This record gives sequence, C-alpha cells and structure tokens, in this order.
Amino acid sequence: MSDVQDYESSLGNPAVSRKFETFSYLPTLTEESLRAQIQYIVNKGWNPGIEHTEPAHSMSNYWYMWKLPLFGETDVDVILKELEACHKAHPDNHVRLLGFDNFAQSAGASMVIYRGVAV
Amino acid sequence: MAKTYSAGVKAYRETYWTPDYSVKETDILACFKITPQDGVPREEVAAAVAAESSTGTWTTVWTDLLTDLDYYKGRCYAIEDVPGDDTCFYAFIAYPIDLFEEGSVVNVLTSLVGNVFGFKALRALRLEDIRFPVAYVMTCNGPPQGITTERDILNKYGRPFLGCTIKPKLGLSAKNYGRACYEGLRGGLDFTKDDENINSQPFMRWRARFDFVQEAIVKAEAETGERKGHYLNVTAPTYDEMMKRAEYAKEIGSPIIMHDYLTGGLTANTGLAQWCQDNGMLLHIHRAMHAVLDRNPHHGIHFRVLAKVLRLSGGDHLHSGTVVGKLEGDREATLGWIDIMRDSFIKEDRSRGIFFDQDWGAMPGVIPVASGGIHVWHMPALVNIFGDDSCLQFGGGTLGHPWGNAAGAAANRVAVEACVEARNMGVELEKEGKSILTKAAASSPELKIAMETWKEIKFEFDTVDKIDVAHK
Repeated sequence: MSDVQDYESSLGNPAVSRKFETFSYLPTLTEESLRAQIQYIVNKGWNPGIEHTEPAHSMSNYWYMWKLPLFGETDVDVILKELEACHKAHPDNHVRLLGFDNFAQSAGASMVIYRGVAV
Repeated sequence: MAKTYSAGVKAYRETYWTPDYSVKETDILACFKITPQDGVPREEVAAAVAAESSTGTWTTVWTDLLTDLDYYKGRCYAIEDVPGDDTCFYAFIAYPIDLFEEGSVVNVLTSLVGNVFGFKALRALRLEDIRFPVAYVMTCNGPPQGITTERDILNKYGRPFLGCTIKPKLGLSAKNYGRACYEGLRGGLDFTKDDENINSQPFMRWRARFDFVQEAIVKAEAETGERKGHYLNVTAPTYDEMMKRAEYAKEIGSPIIMHDYLTGGLTANTGLAQWCQDNGMLLHIHRAMHAVLDRNPHHGIHFRVLAKVLRLSGGDHLHSGTVVGKLEGDREATLGWIDIMRDSFIKEDRSRGIFFDQDWGAMPGVIPVASGGIHVWHMPALVNIFGDDSCLQFGGGTLGHPWGNAAGAAANRVAVEACVEARNMGVELEKEGKSILTKAAASSPELKIAMETWKEIKFEFDTVDKIDVAHK
C-alpha cells in the first residue's frame, strides 16, 4: 500500500479542499489562458459579467453583481480591468467571471478569477 | 354520393397507398424500414403497414362506412430504396393527429409499433424515425426541468457534468455504497449514480441506501463547497412503490432521482416526470432494454425514436452511448440523436439518419449521458463529440483508479477541465488530446497515474447498426 497516495481534503482544511467549479481543479489560469477564456466568451457573443461574494456565502446563487453585466463589451483588456477593479474593491471576496448566453438563458462560461480567503 | 357496402377483402393499396398525398403540418409522420416476404409488392406491403398501424384490418367491415375513413386513415405517401440494401425499402406514412391521445407517447407507440410488427407479410420491420408535429409536442409535458434549470440548480456552467456509476453493480451494503459515493463526490464529481439493476434488494434496501447516500452528498458538498447529487434509482415493481421512493428522496433533500423508462414503462415514466416537475426534482433516465429494440438494423425501433419518445415522456438526462467506449454506437448516428435530445429544431439529415425535420417548439432539452467503458484517455474525444451540455460518466474509469475513488474522480475532473480550457483556447481536442492530458498531469499526480493505468484499453469493434449507405 506504500505506493498508494492519499487524496487530501477535509472539512477542516478549506484552503486545500474548497473548490470553485469550472477550472478550479487546474492550476491558476495563466495570463495567456485567461485572455483566451475571455476572448472565447466574446467570440461566442456572450455578455461578460462579474460577480463577487464573501467566501462564507459562496454557496448562494446570488453573488453580488459588480456593476451590471458588460453588455456588448468585446475588449479583453477592458474586461480584465473590470475584474481587477472588482478585486481591488473587495480583496477578501471571491470574484468570478461569467459569460451570459441570452439565447440559452444560462451562463455559457463561469470561472472564479480571484479567490478570497477560504473558509 | 354515399359509398355502398361491399363485404370481402380489398388490396390494402387501394385504400392506404396514396402517393399524391401532400403531408399536413399537423400529421404525425413515420419512416419504416420494411423487409417484405418474397413476392409481395412494395406498395401493397407498405400500404398494409399504414393500415395495420392505424385504422385498418384485414377485411372490409360495415362500420367503416359510419365514419370518414379517408380522414382518419394512416397512409403511405412515399417509398424509397434503402441505400446499399435490396432486401428492404423505406416507407413513409402519415397519420392524422386525431388518431392519438394528447400527451401520450404510450398511445402513439401502441399504434405505430403495435400489432403491425407481427404482420405475416413482413419478414422484418423497423421504425426508423417519427416526426412529431409541434402541435402534438406541446401536448406533452417533456423534461421536468430542462438543461438551463439543471445548470442553475447545480451551479455548473461552461463544462460537461461529470458522473460515476457505483460498482460493483450489485452486492454492496448501504453504508459501503454510501462510502463509494462520498469518495467520488469529494474527489470532484458532480454526480454518482445507482446502477440500473440497483432497486431494493435484500443486500441493500432502498431506504437505507437513500439515507447513507444523502449523508455522502451533504458531507461532500460541505467539504468541496460545490453542489453534488446522486441519481437515486426509484425504479420499482409498482407505480405506488416507485412514488413512495421518489417522495422520500425529495424529503431528504436529494436533487435528482432516476428511472428506467423502458423496463419501468412509459406510463410510469410520464407520471414520474410530471411529479418531478411539480416537486422541483431532476430526473435521470436509464435505458435498459433499448438494445433489444434498437440494435437489429432490420427489425425493431431505432434509438432516435426512443430518444424522441423519452423527451416527450419526460427526463432530464438520457443515456446516449459514448461512441468511443465499450457499448455500441455509430458516430454519425449518435451525433444525430444527441441533437434530437438537446436542440430545439433539427433538420432532416440522412447522413445522420434523421429522416424528418423535428421542431420541439418550447420543449426543453435532455442532457445526453455518455457512459460505459470510458476513461481519462477518452476525455478529449468525449468533450469534442458531446460538448458542454452533456454528462460524462466514468464508472470503472473512476472506481478503478489505483488510489481509489476520490483520486479517480479528481483525475477525471482535471482531465475534463483541461480539455475545456484547451478547447476554449482554440486547440483541436482529438488531435492534441495526448499533449493536453500530459500537460495537465504535470500538476495532477492523480491524472498521471490514471493515464498510466488505462493507457492500452481500447474498444475497437465494428458497429452492428450503421447508417444505411450505398456500398455497391
């Protein structure tokens, strides 16, 4: 059994155990990948949106909207700046980026870009 | 002038072969593949199928004259060769919508695949496709929640759902079973699943299973901060027993239950789906017995018909085959029926075996479930074939991981996310699959060892039921 590796996660170790849905099992997205993920949202014709929450309430459906969804915004740099601005205003909160698909009435993409302190 | 009564046997084609008929928007249309007995003319046997699946019987009866039979009859309006097969031909039959009770796929199938399949003038008969007019679609209740609502309930966006069927299929105690679920869920799965033949056997009664599995879900959710579910199989010997189990699943907070729609029956399924909609529950549908009906290319019911029937009867997930795993499924045909499950309008496309345009109106879609003999090496192809609105289920491919279910689950989760990330960056998944997985494995020892474990497993057998194409 010595070659079997333990899978570490527990209620008491939030930093290791808590996950954040899509892409949260990968290492932090590289700058290149993050830009590409935003470009993917834009290319799909989806509306980018930014939301944030106190980590203790991350299971809620309704995170706080950062302003309004960025309807029609296609500039990756502008979207990145808004993410940074939201993070700066709420440094302890999780911040996620969504791509709202108004035809499917659903988010076509959703990913946590900044992680607050895990609880 | 009124018709006169003349007793005796008339050729079917005199009444039921109407090549000049122009199809009505409200007609239910069917395409049958007919293999006649030797020496029976095509028009006669096609007309017989139209008659025997609608108003007709073998002889004229005086009561025919009490109704407007020319309106109520099903009729064959076209015949086509089957590409590459001279033993059979396609017959296209139109049925007036009045022939079928609203919202009852049971009634539609009782006519279309009823007595006619035993008709002696036929050597074999296969129902290839049905066009349900939107007027009929809107009388059916359909999927209890639909794809959009399921994503919102579970907070999963921008990737396929990930599941795992618990093995061994039979024999675990409820507590051990719950352990297997818990390990998979905490490792990163969205769902675990009862195998289809888990109902309520002496080794694990349903009630104990539901309780232990629900604890597994609650703990895994608290641990990971993500929402989880387990398809609690409520398939049962009687409708009342099934509903008792469904009610209990709801009571303890399970988000999703499961039913086998063919062995359990369409009446039970339609009732259960309606109940799920009324009670905010998701419904996962298994398809045991489908291969009995759909695998023989000359006889039975094609799976695309069974998929349409399920979407009308109601279900949020339906097993669709994997293309790449251990179970039968032609790639183009599978792409056809996963469109049939999910899209709101599907165009006729013979290269995918789709014989009619199908308009689903406002009816929500069903998530195709790819399950059966798949593992991490299949992930790039699966993400490419199925896209985000799908559920990829790895049973052995999770539980068979050398470090256990949690590590197996994590390996699959890393793999699916790496494939989605790469796809969104414009990488061709099936071409670059190996390098995508290898790169992801660099930061995931769970994925690395999974890739080493399953490297050589392939299921390369030729498909039995293929799309009909000319080969002469």
